This record gives sequence, C-alpha cells and structure tokens, in this order.
Amino acid sequence: MAGSTPASLSADAPATPQVVVRPRKARSISPARETWRRFRRHTLAVTGAIVLLILVSGVLLGPYVWPVAINDIDFTAKLQGPSLAHPLGTDDLGQDLLARMMYGGKISLAVGFAAMLVALTVGVLVGSIAGMASGWVDAALMWLTDLFLALPTLPLLLLVMYLFRDSVKKVLGVEGGAFVLIVVVIGGLRWMPVARLVRAQFLSLREKEFVEAARALGASKVRQVVQHILPNALGPVIVVGTIDVAAAIIFESTLSFLGLGFPSDVPTWGSMLRDAKDYLDIAAHWALFPGGAIFLTVLAINFVGDGLRDAFDPRRVL
Amino acid sequence: MNRQYIIRRLLIAIPSLLGISVILFGILAMAPGDPFEELATNPAIPPEVRMALRAKFGLDDPVWQRYLHWLAAMMQGDWGFSFQSRMDVDRLILQRLPVTLIVIGASQILAISVAIPVGVLAAIKPYSIFDQIASTFAMIGFSLPTFFTGLVLILVFSIQLDWLPFVYRADINATGWAFYWEHIKQSIMPVVVLGLAQAGTLVRFMRSSVLDVIRLDYVTTARSKGIGERKVIVRHVVRNALIPVVTLIALQLPAVFGGAIVTEQIFRVPGIGSLLIAAIQANDTPVVMGVTFIISCLVVLFNLIADILYGWLDPRISFR
Repeated sequence: MAGSTPASLSADAPATPQVVVRPRKARSISPARETWRRFRRHTLAVTGAIVLLILVSGVLLGPYVWPVAINDIDFTAKLQGPSLAHPLGTDDLGQDLLARMMYGGKISLAVGFAAMLVALTVGVLVGSIAGMASGWVDAALMWLTDLFLALPTLPLLLLVMYLFRDSVKKVLGVEGGAFVLIVVVIGGLRWMPVARLVRAQFLSLREKEFVEAARALGASKVRQVVQHILPNALGPVIVVGTIDVAAAIIFESTLSFLGLGFPSDVPTWGSMLRDAKDYLDIAAHWALFPGGAIFLTVLAINFVGDGLRDAFDPRRVL
Repeated sequence: MNRQYIIRRLLIAIPSLLGISVILFGILAMAPGDPFEELATNPAIPPEVRMALRAKFGLDDPVWQRYLHWLAAMMQGDWGFSFQSRMDVDRLILQRLPVTLIVIGASQILAISVAIPVGVLAAIKPYSIFDQIASTFAMIGFSLPTFFTGLVLILVFSIQLDWLPFVYRADINATGWAFYWEHIKQSIMPVVVLGLAQAGTLVRFMRSSVLDVIRLDYVTTARSKGIGERKVIVRHVVRNALIPVVTLIALQLPAVFGGAIVTEQIFRVPGIGSLLIAAIQANDTPVVMGVTFIISCLVVLFNLIADILYGWLDPRISFR
C-alpha cells in the first residue's frame, strides 16, 4: 500500500470543508470498535465467523436437541445413509453419526482452543523475554526458536504420542490423558511463529516514544511490558492465534486419523474418518460428514484470521 | 557467491542437527518403559542377571554418557535393528526413502508450477475477480486436510469413476511403457493431494511477494524505458519475487513431510511415512526413532540448500 494514506478515524466523516471546525465533543471510537468496523467489511471473514458460531453452538447445544447416545449400537440400522431417524446416517455398528459428530466436534474445538492458548502463552513469554533482553539471551532464545521451527511437527507429534500415551493415561485417565498430552504437545510445537512475531514487535515498540516516556517516569521493566508494549503487540498475535486454532484442529484430526490421538472408542472427527475410510464404496456419507466438518471449521477459522489480519493492519485502508 | 558464506551456513547447520538430536534423545530418555521390564516379572531370571544386563547395555550410565553413545552409534550408521522387519534400520529406511523423495519432489514441482502463474496473475491485478477467486481457492487448498482430500479423490476417481488405482503397488508385473504408465497412474493421486495442499500456501506467498516487488522503483524504470508489460513482469518482477519464495518453500518442508506421512498412509505408498506409522503400530522403537531422525535431518539439509540458493540468488545476503 505504498503511497496510500493510513486509515484515519476522520476518513469516515463526510468531507465538508466549509463547516467551522469547532472542538465538538470528539466521538471517540475505541480500538476494539474500530477493529470491528474494519472486520465487518471483510465479507468472507464475517461469513466464517457466522459459520463458526453455528458450529460451536451446534456442538455445545446440539446434544440437548438431539439426545441420542454416541454408543447406541443398532445392527439393524448399520451403514445407513441420512434419514429422518438418523439425519447424518449411521456407521458400521449402527451408531448415530449426528450424535457422534457433535461429540467429536466438542473435542476438536476444545483441543484447538486449548492448544492455541498453550502456544500463545509459551510464544508470548519467549518472544517478550527475547525482545526485552537483547544480547546473548536473545540470541540463545532465537536459536532455540529456529531449531524448533526446523523440527518436523507431525513425526515428532507421533513420536511423543507413541512414547508417552500409556503413562499419561495412567495418571490422568483415558480421555483426559489424551487431551492433555495432545494439547501440550501441539502447543509445544506451535509457539515458534508467535515468539518470533512478539520479539519483532517488541524490538520496534520498545524504542517508541511512549515506552521511552514510561521508562523516563520510572516504570519497571515488567510494567513497561505489561502496560505499554504487550497491548500494542497483541493484534498480530491474535491473528496468529486464530490460525493456530485451525492448525491444532488439523493436527488433532490427523493424529486421530492415524490412530494415535484419542482412544478408539472416543468419536472424534479424525477417528471417524479413519473408521470410515474402509467403507468409502458403500457408505461415503460416513467419511464425508466428519471430513467436511473439519474442512468447514478450519476454513471458517482461517477466513476469520484473514479478516482479523486486515482489520488489525493500520496501514490498510478499509 | 563466496565460499565463506557457504562454510558459515554449513557451520550453522551442525549445531541445529546436534540440537535436534538432543531433543529426540531427550524425548526417548524421558519416555517411560524399561527394555528389561519383561525380565523383571520373569521368575526364571534372578535380579542380579537383570542388573548385569542393564550395566552391560549402559542403562545405568548418566544421561549425557548415554546420549554420546547413542550419537556415536547414529553417526556410524548403527541405527539399531528392526525386530518387525528383521533387518537393520538404516537399510530399511534407505530402501523406503527414494519413494518418499520422488512423491514429495513431484508434488513440489506440481505445486510450484500451479502456484507461480496463479500467484503472479493474482498480484498483477490485485482485488480483481481473478485475484479474489484465486485467493479463495488458495484458502480452500490451505484449509483442506490432506487426509480428507485423499479420501475424496479416492471416492471420486477410484470408486465412482474407476480411473485410478487407490492402492500403491510396488510389484507391478509389466514391462516397458506399461510399467511406467502403471507407476504414473498410481502416483497421480498421492502427488496431487500433497501438491494441492502446498499450492494453496504457495499462491499466497507468491502473491504477496509479487505485490512487494511490483511497486519498487526499478519496475517503474523498466516500464518507463518502454519495455512491454509482459516482459517487465516476467523478466523483472517475477525473477526477484521468487527469491523470498525459495526460503518460504524450505520453511514449509516440515509441514510437507507431515503431509507425506498422511498421504502415504492413505494410498499405502511404501515410503518412510507409512514405515513410521507401521513401526508405531508394531512398537518398533528403533525404526520410529530412525525415521523421525532422518526426516529431521532432511529438513535441516533442505533448509541449508535453500539458504545457499538464497545467497546465490540474492548476493546481498551472502555479504552480511
């Protein structure tokens, strides 16, 4: 956007030069509101947000509307296509796919958000330490970040799940153990972009006048970071966090698809696909619904992330 | 291209490899489970024998000593023995590696040859209809999980249309052209699945890279000299826009290997990805470690190649 004027708040007001500019009570727009105004312009992002809202509420409230057990076995109705009794059809044991989809969606979304929180926490911590402490601490942390960036995520994820699954299961229970392990490992392998981003933001922000002013007033380092630098670095971090939710959902589904995620009796979207892939020729719906759900969720989240990126970018005129 | 730059890059790669090996060994060392666990519950074996065995294999040594032993063994090519396949791990991996590299290489070529023209065309007219369609499709490709694309392709092209086989066979008994034709036919779907996932990301990279370059002054100069628009784009813009994309392709590689594991598993391609999954299912730890290590090494190697290429394409980098 070279040469374009930065979007200013006054850009909205009709340009009427003859009006005497009296210091009317300035209509102040909070940054959050301004971001929302810019986000609304991005049609696909708004669509994504709506789709996501529907998915989340369907997954959370759906079980109350459709109270069918996820493990209700009915061999007379196995591998059926969508019908009134089973809106999304049934699997090879005659279990209702809609109920299982809602259960799996809850897991996928919970894993996505939790893993994003882990990644953001670690990333912001590492990035701000590296950004504030220049010198060897910065160099060492950035070397570590680059090292982690070169690690192949999926093989490592598989390795850790393979080695630690059983022992974590003993401590935290079958489902809880898998959840904690998956979240920690995905989060632990996704913090690097956040750390780099936060560091880059810190390097430029800490030299800005308002931080210098805080420094001159005697603000401690922690106060400078928490009160002044971090809030201003948050926009891009939120964008990366959004994308991270999508990535974590894909990783969790991949793990389940490969049989290394949640235990096989817990229906997740990935494990449903795994079970369904041997029945593609006779019961394609069984694979298409969970696969489509993963795709739709990830696409919606990515569009929301795209919209947020545009909304947070002050150089972009919207 | 100065030699100093290459040497510096090589020296940077060594600590990365060591760091990766520390992480891998750390994970293995922290993992619960004792290789002699079964002996502990076996009443026929007295505890002294078990202790002697532990001491013999160095299980009671301090961690750093065990790490050095392990590292020395790995460097000498002694990667352990696969109890599942009854052969040495390094030979097993070497047998499977070419298939994976061919599939990944072909998919990268497909991704690049789709993504560059699309990305450039989208960037020449930003916010045009073509750009919006291309960006939307890029987003879709980028959001499609490989396992779902794979299953959909199987559903359409193998089950509905019956054009392509969905199980990769290594033992095709045909000769001459038929042999190659069969191989190409069975490789199409794995390559397309991996390639499309990559193309989505690459289109976005390429578009923003071209947008960065196209407004630089030298492009205006080229235009004002009266060079045709087409030539300006191809000779002046794209060439320079491609430089950062080289690094981005290398940075995507860990994700590509991840995608390859899934793709190989779906289509049963006999590469290192399906080997990894099979080894995990069979509790074959040496193979799991070996495959993870070789994939990490490959990622570091390709990053190194990309760095050197980058220095060659953009000489300013190598003098920093």
